[in-house]
Amino acid sequence: MSSLLTEEFNARIGRVPISLGPAGVDPFGLDPQWARYALASAAFLHRKYFRTEVHGIGHVPKGRVLLIANHSGQVPIDGALIGAAMFMDAEPPRFTRAMVEVWSQTLPFVSMLFSRVGQVVGVPENARRLLEQGEALLVFPEGARGISKTFDKRYQLTDFGLGFMRLAMETKTPIVPVAVIGGEEQYVSIANLDRVAKVLRMPSFPVLPQLLLPGGQLPLPTRYRLYFGEPLHFSGDPDDDDAVIEEKVWLVKATLQSMVNRGVKSRRHVFW
Amino acid sequence: MASAIAPIDATALGPVVITGVCGRLGKRLARALHRERPVIGVDRRPFPDKPKDIVHQQVDIRRKKLKDVFRSGEIRAVVHLGIMHDPRSSAAEHHSWNVEGFAKLLEYVAQFGVPKLVVLSSANVYGPRPGNAQFLTEEAPLLAGASFGDIRDLIEVDMLAQSFFWKQPATETVILRPVHILGTVRNAPSNFLRLPTIPTLLGYDPMIQVVHEADVVDAVRAALAPGIRGIFNVAGPDPLPLSRIIRILERPSISVPHTLGKAVLKRLWSLRLSTFPAPELDHIRYVCMVDDSRARDVMRFRPSRSIEDTVRAVDADR
Repeated sequence: MSSLLTEEFNARIGRVPISLGPAGVDPFGLDPQWARYALASAAFLHRKYFRTEVHGIGHVPKGRVLLIANHSGQVPIDGALIGAAMFMDAEPPRFTRAMVEVWSQTLPFVSMLFSRVGQVVGVPENARRLLEQGEALLVFPEGARGISKTFDKRYQLTDFGLGFMRLAMETKTPIVPVAVIGGEEQYVSIANLDRVAKVLRMPSFPVLPQLLLPGGQLPLPTRYRLYFGEPLHFSGDPDDDDAVIEEKVWLVKATLQSMVNRGVKSRRHVFW
Repeated sequence: MASAIAPIDATALGPVVITGVCGRLGKRLARALHRERPVIGVDRRPFPDKPKDIVHQQVDIRRKKLKDVFRSGEIRAVVHLGIMHDPRSSAAEHHSWNVEGFAKLLEYVAQFGVPKLVVLSSANVYGPRPGNAQFLTEEAPLLAGASFGDIRDLIEVDMLAQSFFWKQPATETVILRPVHILGTVRNAPSNFLRLPTIPTLLGYDPMIQVVHEADVVDAVRAALAPGIRGIFNVAGPDPLPLSRIIRILERPSISVPHTLGKAVLKRLWSLRLSTFPAPELDHIRYVCMVDDSRARDVMRFRPSRSIEDTVRAVDADR
């Protein structure tokens, strides 16, 4: 990490509000020592490797907020970069919690890492608890379907889950759509082997030709662009019929899709 | 150490029956209660160095003789600790003790109109699972049986107590679901932490809640207060990752890959070299923590032992 980035990082880490118990660990397992390393690596990816452009971060309101983003790129670097943007570019710096797949909890090291850096299992009870604490929560409503898209489906949103909308209505939380551009090109997937995935009990098994090239195991250094939209507010009965909720979810999805489209159109080059 | 619970008005208190009184937790509870109210202990095991004013009925709770305990005096409360969780005993014995025995007890509680019943269940009935919420409330389903068959009896006991709660509104039924109880007790979590070298699973370090046995006694006393009824999760101090709990004990630990650990443990279990059945490994792999806010708000229960005292209590009588 360059000294300039280190300086900026150190100035911000002291200002992040994290509520810890007397034992120095939060109830979800977040350990500041680990979080520091995680944030530092994310900051490096954010500033140096992917040279992320961040637009509209001022739209993120104070207090509890749901960040709803498109998911892409086979590995969840998009989550790390949104976390880095909230930490490096938002004023004051904020710590973002993401909801992770239940499946990740069965993986050694991954489950431990996620827990220590403040990521929580994606069940509604956890989300409710965090929002009630006034935290910023990152949700990818496409889930595993979104991250494992093949290259021909890039930047096309897949089906959204409805859970986040019910949650937002129940806890009266503003929704900020976040369009992530650049993730789809970091790993080019030409196919998904569903059968292999089933045997290995993985959500997907992408075919990535670049892994065969020397150095191709690293994601391609595309330039990421993050667009934070204006907060959307929804009200109504959170236990309403799916049909009613779907309409509201559709509104978010349409907003996000048009932000993604505009973002893709306005970039001049994938890598810079 | 001072108890968090104010002494209850002694004049209103009648005799209390404690089943499983000869267990370590039972003895502790009996000693805590016998100065404020008459205590009748029921256990088929002997009770050496018993305080003089405690009556001990050495009966099996499945026997008819249990009824005499209720006939002889007006019992004001029953605390059921007499749950067998010995994974070595046969499934039939286990089931008849836990389920049939408890059903008998419930029958007498209803028949003799005992106004208070406290059942010590366990937070383990929720089961450690990858998709668990970080803090399970009392409404969470009891899913432990899915991966660990031997615990189904204990779930059944919990369910029996729940249905009794609805069927007998005249009795204030309290179900306590404490997290891992640590102390001189001989239960799986305490035995695990007493191992000379503590095994962990490579790459897994779940958050763990523990509670001191003395705090559980306080929780039972809080549950005995008039007006308290329902299901309560009971937790101790703030949760910690397993690795930090082991660090408090300053004992060596060894990390084993899950597949290897499971295979070895299965083998050791079948050779009778281990007291831990392999499915219990999930407790050091996945989260099984509870939200204890109901116990804090309604029973006014506060654990008073620190995390260090709670964890070190496993070595108390060595």
